[in-house]
Amino acid sequence: MEARGAVEPVAGAVRRVPAWVLGLVPLLLIVLGIAVLAALGGPGLGERTGPPVEELSVERTVLRPGEIELTVRNDGPDAVTIAQVIVNDSYVGFSAGERSIGRLDATTVEIAYPWVEGEAYEAQLLTSTGGTVVHEIPVAVETPDRDASFFGLMALIGLYVGIIPVTLGMLWLPFVRRISATWLRFLLALTIGLLAFLAIDAMLEGIEVAGEGSQAFGGASLVFLGAAVAYLALTAVGEWSAARGRATRGGTSAGGWDVALMVAIAIGLHNLGEGLAIGSAYAVGALALGAFLVIGFAIHNTTEGLAIVAPIASGSPTMRRLALLGLIAGAPAIVGAWIGASAFNSSVAAFLLGAGVGAIAQVIRQLAPAIRERSGTALRPLTVLGILAGFAILYATSLLVSV
Amino acid sequence: MLAAVAPAVGAGVAARAGLLGPDGAEVALAGDAAHRHASQPLPAGAHGGEGHLGFPPGEQVAHDANGFHPRELLRDFDHGRTRRLASGRVLREWELVAQDKEIEVAPGVEFAAWTYNGRIPGPTLRCREGEKLRIKFGNGSSHPHTIHFHGIHPAEMDGVPGIGLGVVEPGKTVTYEFDAEPFGLHLYHCHMTPLADHIHKGMYGAFLIDPRKGRPEADEMVMVMNGFDTNFDRSNEIYAVNSIPFAYVNEPIAVKRNELVRIYLVNLLEFDLVNSLHVHANFFHYFPTGTSLQPTELTDTVMLCQGQRGILELRFPYEGRYMFHAHQSEFAQLGWMGFFEVKD
Repeated sequence: MEARGAVEPVAGAVRRVPAWVLGLVPLLLIVLGIAVLAALGGPGLGERTGPPVEELSVERTVLRPGEIELTVRNDGPDAVTIAQVIVNDSYVGFSAGERSIGRLDATTVEIAYPWVEGEAYEAQLLTSTGGTVVHEIPVAVETPDRDASFFGLMALIGLYVGIIPVTLGMLWLPFVRRISATWLRFLLALTIGLLAFLAIDAMLEGIEVAGEGSQAFGGASLVFLGAAVAYLALTAVGEWSAARGRATRGGTSAGGWDVALMVAIAIGLHNLGEGLAIGSAYAVGALALGAFLVIGFAIHNTTEGLAIVAPIASGSPTMRRLALLGLIAGAPAIVGAWIGASAFNSSVAAFLLGAGVGAIAQVIRQLAPAIRERSGTALRPLTVLGILAGFAILYATSLLVSV
Repeated sequence: MLAAVAPAVGAGVAARAGLLGPDGAEVALAGDAAHRHASQPLPAGAHGGEGHLGFPPGEQVAHDANGFHPRELLRDFDHGRTRRLASGRVLREWELVAQDKEIEVAPGVEFAAWTYNGRIPGPTLRCREGEKLRIKFGNGSSHPHTIHFHGIHPAEMDGVPGIGLGVVEPGKTVTYEFDAEPFGLHLYHCHMTPLADHIHKGMYGAFLIDPRKGRPEADEMVMVMNGFDTNFDRSNEIYAVNSIPFAYVNEPIAVKRNELVRIYLVNLLEFDLVNSLHVHANFFHYFPTGTSLQPTELTDTVMLCQGQRGILELRFPYEGRYMFHAHQSEFAQLGWMGFFEVKD
């Protein structure tokens, strides 16, 4: 009882303090505590044992005639100094913006080397402690100049693998309108199968890309972060759009247009990732660009057009709206190719690929009610067959493209 | 429609993949092996890209901080202290101290070396056939070491763990004593295990026993071929003679035209099976191990395994700058090259 008597006046005093002060005080104490710890250098912890940890990763390789340029990021906890550079067992002349690279900082190393097109090279960065960071250039090809014709070529590739096939796929709309509700459910199930395959594909691609570059910004976790961000953001956008639709149309459920828009955005994010992969492979000369690859991607992506129009089978969208959907889904391939070929960064790419996965997951959630029959079961034999057919189509067409 | 647009992309790609010549004309198509060519070097002076030898221009190790300079090591022979014994024989004495030392083995690259007398290679110990030799060895390093001499001596003086004087623990001192035989060019090195570590970190030097009657007057120099494994992957990042890569590229070895040059060449390279020396635009008489006064070969290239050594004698008939290097291109471009500057 005594204790309680002592507490009550304090609680009363606290109640009179404004809420924002109560929020601010712990924050200030935390800042103060960290500042004191930092100023005293973590009293009692002593020096770190062992030699400095040196972790460098090469983020970007640019090959120009007689020159190899590496963009190097420090992934580790300590500063790293690049002392010398060895290319194919030979010390080479080089210049670097800043020889000593701080934690998370990056520098550009320009190496003078008469590389030969089509051959393989190994660059070793020799640090001040004698450690080496090895970077392989599997096939030396001159990095394309980023002039108008380069961006034009990338746009053309994006057009061929993105916009054209998606738009062609959307030509199934009249067909989709005429079929029975049962077969429409089959097609929607097929769409879900297609999307699920793309999600798995993008997830694996993202993890692979994340593993190649700097790990300092999170590596593979960026894929999951991107997926979560896209899923939540699209859910919020969907809710907002549906609420607005209910207010204006007085309807009760999200319209087919909203779902189609979501599908288009999700596929757009996926095609952004596809464009990234094509552009970056092109930039390092690893891409045998040609009719086969483009046709492969085109067939692969045509099915995506079907996925967009399936939800709007019952509506009557205008041509303008249909074109807009095609652009949303297809045009990101162009942007992706630009980014991939000119400013590829594995951390950004991993995040974007993850965002594609999240967007697809969100769309699948939106589509799921539509394949449900009146009885309430979603996984009837026909819909299961549809999903499996979706897997099969993309599995088969993905064999045509390997970036 | 797809089939119609695809070739258009193919064409665009071919135009891109073809390497453009200086005038912008397409000179080669990708995949056309016959047209492969080296990419054009940077404009002169950009990085010294053309004919580049060694580290970026102007970069050198801090010889002062290292405490030794390859220019000085080259002609530095340590004769020790001598006195005549009652028997009439000469007693020659040296003192060697093992020291742990940070050495800049390439510009900006520090290496935690183990040394004799703070330098790599250790002092070139020079004596005369038949003398009595006494080497006092103090271990100032934080690791146990020995000195194992190549030569003819009793087992207890062999500098091997577990036999005779055996391992010399940190802070301890021992004295190796034996006769100078046979004449020739030999070496010494630490024989503590793990052997590769104790050798590649720098514990070795040349051990030269002159024949009783000496050799003809000459400009004499010692070249110990060595290397450093700076990242501990059991292969060398750095190759050199007398430790510092490209040292004799930066400062060519000055010799006189037509003067007899004698090179005492010892290979102590760890991890690689063989090493070699090639002299440009000249031939030399080669005396394997220096144990005979008759050369076995007139050649311009010799190949040596670790511990193998020999004496080279040559004269440069023309003035000019002549390269010498390992005739393994990798070793040469990782530091093992240099120049002779021949003048009247």
